[in-house]
Amino acid sequence: MIDVINLRKSFGNIEVLKGIDITINKGDIVAVIGASGSGKSTFLRCLNCMEDPTGGSIMFRGVDIADMKVDINEHRQHMGMVFQHFNLFNNKTVLQNIMLAPVHVRCKALKKWNKENPDNQKTKKDIKTEEKERAMALLKRIGLEEKADAYPSTLSGGQKQRIAIIRSLAMNPDVILFDEPTSALDPEMVGEVLELMKELANEGMTMVVVTHEMGFAKEVANRVVFIDEGVIKEENEPREFFENPKDPRLQDFLAKVL
Amino acid sequence: MGNFDKKIDRFLEIFIEQNGYVTVLEGLKNTLTIAIVGLIIGILIGTLIATVRVLPKYKLLPRVLNGICSFYVELFRGTPMVVQLLIFYYVLFPIMGIKMDGVEVSMMVFGLNSGAYISEIMRSGIQSVDIGQMEGGRSVGLSFGTTMMKIVIPQAVKNILPTLGNEFIALIKETSVVSFVGAADLYKAFNVIGSNSYEFMVPYIVMALIYIVLVLIISFAIRLMERSLGKSDRRN
Ligand SMILES: Nc1ncnc2c1ncn2[C@@H]1O[C@H](COP(=O)(O)OP(=O)(O)OP(=O)(O)O)[C@@H](O)[C@H]1O
Ligand SMILES: [Mg+2]
Repeated sequence: MIDVINLRKSFGNIEVLKGIDITINKGDIVAVIGASGSGKSTFLRCLNCMEDPTGGSIMFRGVDIADMKVDINEHRQHMGMVFQHFNLFNNKTVLQNIMLAPVHVRCKALKKWNKENPDNQKTKKDIKTEEKERAMALLKRIGLEEKADAYPSTLSGGQKQRIAIIRSLAMNPDVILFDEPTSALDPEMVGEVLELMKELANEGMTMVVVTHEMGFAKEVANRVVFIDEGVIKEENEPREFFENPKDPRLQDFLAKVL
Repeated sequence: MGNFDKKIDRFLEIFIEQNGYVTVLEGLKNTLTIAIVGLIIGILIGTLIATVRVLPKYKLLPRVLNGICSFYVELFRGTPMVVQLLIFYYVLFPIMGIKMDGVEVSMMVFGLNSGAYISEIMRSGIQSVDIGQMEGGRSVGLSFGTTMMKIVIPQAVKNILPTLGNEFIALIKETSVVSFVGAADLYKAFNVIGSNSYEFMVPYIVMALIYIVLVLIISFAIRLMERSLGKSDRRN
């Protein structure tokens, strides 16, 4: 699904990623771990070009999205991202947060749709109604339908993060990237977010998760990746990874965090 | 004070019986039109410039645009409004063969001028919005422009609303120079009344009062607007 080939990223003359190679397959749950400042976020943010890679390629849907010439917006519609600090739109209600992008994208493609589907003509209003229904269904799924008209500032961290997750889900992405989705949460709210992520994993969603939650990495991920000194130092299925780490720096790291 | 009473009588006579109020209403209309249209043009130009200025700068086009915008801002902030009015009315437009009356030129110059100031206000407003808002929008596949328009700028405007209100108030006050290019604003109206009665004291006091009342009304309206826009900040 995503082929990362020799990915490099520098900020000024500091090289943070020094050649990362990894293939993420459909249905993979990849947990990315590593010390603070090792470049985990940078790696994740390069995957959807939130940071432009300075070298290498990222093959996604048949094109190299690291190439500055591709329409990155189109590809991001298929690659969701969930942030540590939620990044819900503060000026929009919960419902609008979820509907905004799907409605916008579908309305933009409306002419094309109507040309290709002569017996299923739609108006902008139809799209809005449909997307509203979908958004409400997603809200219902996480038990927050009564928050549809609330603004993000009125929600708890756990609620915000679950809404951020279904906001990216509303685009029907092929893969979702998570950057420490539970790090900014009060401890009692971590569970509800991890629970939702587990559900998505069980449904076969492809996920790349930067996390400090070793429990999540062990239980949910099918692959764990250790980033250190700008490269992937070790990669394995979780049991081997945690019970039998080979890289000495990983052994050190695990000794500290476990 | 008998003298002053007489002046008031004289003013009222001209103001009411000799249709002075019509001149004043006309002037008030022009003052408000120039300030409001100027503000609207200014917000459009200012938002555009501010957006260009926060554009990522590693491509050539944004850099060139940015250069043009800085030049524009420096130009309009570096010269007094009156000078800009005079230059457009007596120099640029005659050369270009454009015919515009004083009010139209004033609206345009006020728009161009406040665009320069508002671009700086708007830029600081945009920069006060958390970068995560832009990233949130980009992460679901919205373009820079769409995210800017739907997410960032509305929040920026909310943050700068008091400053924008001040800009509007400043514009209203600055309209008092538009008679330099023959536009009949509030100042011009009272000046006419004064000349007709050979008496300026009362007309100018009334003029000052009208300006103050205008400013107070606008301040009040801004406060109302701020409160209704503050919705998304409060817990329900
Ligand atoms: N925009 C930036 N400009 C300059 N340097 C940056 C930028 N973003 C990250 N860095 C640097 O790159 C390195 C890797 O940062 P990154 O955020 O990817 O680490 P991380 O592994 O996610 O750490 P953490 O666990 O603390 O989130 C750090 O040294 C950081 O200072
Ligand atoms: Mg990080």
